[in-house]
Amino acid sequence: MVIDCKHVWNHISGYLDDSLSPEIRDLVQQHLEHCEICSAILDSTRNILVLTADDRIFELPVGFSDRLHARLAREIDGDTRDGRDDFED
Amino acid sequence: MISSILDGDTEQYHNLIRPYELSVYRTALSFMKNESDAEDVAQEAFLKAFRNLKSFRGNAKFSTWLISITLNEARGRLRRQRTLRMESLDDTPDDGGHVSPALLRDWREIPSETLERQEVRQMLQDAISNLSPIYREVLLLRDVEGLSIEEASAALMVSTASVKVRLHRARLMLQKQLAPQLKSVNPKRRWFRWS
Repeated sequence: MVIDCKHVWNHISGYLDDSLSPEIRDLVQQHLEHCEICSAILDSTRNILVLTADDRIFELPVGFSDRLHARLAREIDGDTRDGRDDFED
Repeated sequence: MISSILDGDTEQYHNLIRPYELSVYRTALSFMKNESDAEDVAQEAFLKAFRNLKSFRGNAKFSTWLISITLNEARGRLRRQRTLRMESLDDTPDDGGHVSPALLRDWREIPSETLERQEVRQMLQDAISNLSPIYREVLLLRDVEGLSIEEASAALMVSTASVKVRLHRARLMLQKQLAPQLKSVNPKRRWFRWS
């Protein structure tokens, strides 16, 4: 059995996750070995996902950690003191 | 560390969550699309996590538990703001629409060093932000935060089949939008029109 390009595109995500059945994976693999278009689609998708996952894409706003921990300290302190507002500016 | 926090050493909570700040913020941002709201959601999520730390079960990953709390907080806030779109999590059919990838004859690897360039980072941020919420969320959870299909399914409260379909579409949408743009990063690539 041979599958065409559009059929292969439906399996790009499953191929990347290695979640295809052995039979489908073999068919996709065979197709990729001789189809430069689908190989390029697969390579570009994989490459783009690697770039997307990079921590430099979405960075924490400046001062995020300081504000977060200051708030947590106030709230946790308040919880511990059972609601008494006991913090300093 | 969690048991010592529960025993009263609350200072340890600050150390516990430091590695997860970016994940929680990114998750919040994927819902809120607004840095200020995302920061508020992230703060609330960390606070709720502290107050519910007793209910954390060690058989789940702490990061996944935090992300679930963040998603709930973001959903609640959107509901309160009455800005939750009608195309919310389960309203968009998963079997409608077909996404075709951008076609090219070869692909030259774009190295991660390229992300030092602000224009490239912006390109990727815009592409992710432009995805519809249901696709953006699943892509962020699976491909950025590294949740499994099952974990993403539980966090988003949709079936694993839906997660797979949405993820597939999200990935192809991203490829379709970004591959042509990234062409300018590696300008010698050849393109052609699919007939």
